[in-house]
Amino acid sequence: MTILKLVFIELWKRKSQLITGLLAITLGIAVIVAIQSVSVVSEQNVARNLDNLGANILVLPQGASIDDYYTSDIDAPTLPMDYVERILTSTIAGVDNMSPKLTRRVKVGDQSVVLTGILPKSEIASKPLWQSSGLLGAELKTACAPSQSANKSHGLEDEKLKRKAIDTLNSKDCLAGSQVAKRLKLSANGRINIMGKEFNIVKILPETGTVDDDRIFANLRDVQQLLGIENQVSAIEIMGCCNAISEGLLGKLRNILPDTRITTIGQIVSTQIETNQLMKKITLIMLIIIFFVGGISIGNYIWANVNERKREIGILRMMGAERSTIYKMFLLKALILGVAGGILGYLLGTLAGVILGPYLAGIVVKPVYIYLLWSVLLSVTISLAGSLFPTYLAAKFDPHTNLQED
Amino acid sequence: MILQGENILKQYHHKGETINALDHVSFKVNKGDFVTVTGPSGSGKSTLLLALFGLIRLTSGNIIFDGKRIDNIGDRQLTDIRKKSIGYILQSFALIPYLTTIQNVMIPLALEKIPGKEQAKRAREILDYVGLSDRMEHLPRELSAGQQQRIAIARSIIHRPQIIMADEPTGNLDPTLSLEILEFLKKINRENKITIIMVTHSSVAAGYGTMKLHLNEGKIVTSGN
Repeated sequence: MTILKLVFIELWKRKSQLITGLLAITLGIAVIVAIQSVSVVSEQNVARNLDNLGANILVLPQGASIDDYYTSDIDAPTLPMDYVERILTSTIAGVDNMSPKLTRRVKVGDQSVVLTGILPKSEIASKPLWQSSGLLGAELKTACAPSQSANKSHGLEDEKLKRKAIDTLNSKDCLAGSQVAKRLKLSANGRINIMGKEFNIVKILPETGTVDDDRIFANLRDVQQLLGIENQVSAIEIMGCCNAISEGLLGKLRNILPDTRITTIGQIVSTQIETNQLMKKITLIMLIIIFFVGGISIGNYIWANVNERKREIGILRMMGAERSTIYKMFLLKALILGVAGGILGYLLGTLAGVILGPYLAGIVVKPVYIYLLWSVLLSVTISLAGSLFPTYLAAKFDPHTNLQED
Repeated sequence: MILQGENILKQYHHKGETINALDHVSFKVNKGDFVTVTGPSGSGKSTLLLALFGLIRLTSGNIIFDGKRIDNIGDRQLTDIRKKSIGYILQSFALIPYLTTIQNVMIPLALEKIPGKEQAKRAREILDYVGLSDRMEHLPRELSAGQQQRIAIARSIIHRPQIIMADEPTGNLDPTLSLEILEFLKKINRENKITIIMVTHSSVAAGYGTMKLHLNEGKIVTSGN
């Protein structure tokens, strides 16, 4: 016989009370887990959809306007190419992807087209220094995802790069936007002469409804050479994590790129931040409610148990049980309830998320295993917090008074 | 001498009045004595027992147990003395209802953190001694009042105490069972040399005492063998 065994025997012999005590904490944890499981996937989906809208930070030369970037004036100011390397070699977190571009309006025959030089993924990957910077490595994540582990658990690690970056764009190859292709009657595998240089048209890009439809994309090195603007770019488009932007990413970029104008594409950033903040607020409100409701419920259960067992406490105290033994008895019980409530709540909440997610939010929810740990920790904390006061009173009981109350 | 009370005074205050529950009580108990404490209701018998348990504090006076004063020591030390040196038998048996016979008997050993195997071995021996070896896995409610009191007796001696304090141990039993329990207490007293201090209303039970204290209005009015 040990105190722990005594606690288990008491729990087992009073199963109906155990179930009542467990119910509140289990349901509370289940609600939190279900909301979190659904909201994590929901945030991921929002983040992925917003990623599709493109870059959310634009680094422009000092004095340049966004109009300059889009109108691609012939004398629009430029940035040194070194700035790309500065970003990549910095320790700034939250830069998920970037694309340096040089854009100029040029003549093809008698037609005016916008020629944009871009750096394909293969060139970024070929630079060992850049590879270790995190852009292509471990830090890659979908913008605004709650955590890297959340990305991994949803299999999103490399999805954005696959989607956003052009893998290869060899010298003398180009891609044509849908509008410019129509206007110049271009077709895939055809050829085009730009400023006296022949380019192979690798692909006609699908219509996007953006300025990109009216552009011809070629390798950045070719375009720099062709335009005679070596090692310069018009802008650096950055896909930044929205949370990092709200936490001062722009300021950090300004510190390492002093002569630049750095702006965000506000709608994308604010939408994503608002979505994430709303989810966090809902979870926090639920957490506070469950902490109080769960704590009061467990406290009430333990208090009823203490009252029911006054005589038993008296017997034990009379036989030489210390106050600490009484504390141990009731707090061990609260701990067992907490662990059981956490595990059951996690299972119930995850099941609810998996079953209800597709119906309520139109998303496929998978179990997030780390929530098991958080569920148990939260449940144990609530359970112990709710039990402390009744246990304190139990330990203070006068043994002989309780025996005489029989 | 195992226990001595010197000039014990215990006062209660009720509606502005001071009541002397124990009024300068003094006595000496030798090792192996069977002490019976008698007296009418409200005479201070149970208060004396509680004072000797260390469960209530004295207004003044001393209690010396095994050569040491225990009336002025801390709660933890008193708890330790109760755990190791004193066994208790109460009128209401004071068994834990959801524990089996053997589990109830093992509690004092559990509080002393004695290993489980040793606990079980000693509990079986004691239950055999009190004649309940065939009732080890029964719950208290499945047993008769006499059997329940025998469990309480087994529990009171399993940790080999120096003193057993019994508060009306036969109060809930019929005359036949009362005699059985009293004979059993006498046996324990003689065979194990355990000192017994028993509070009782019963003159029959009082007759078992080798030392008799009679209290009235908080004072010892007769004392003798």
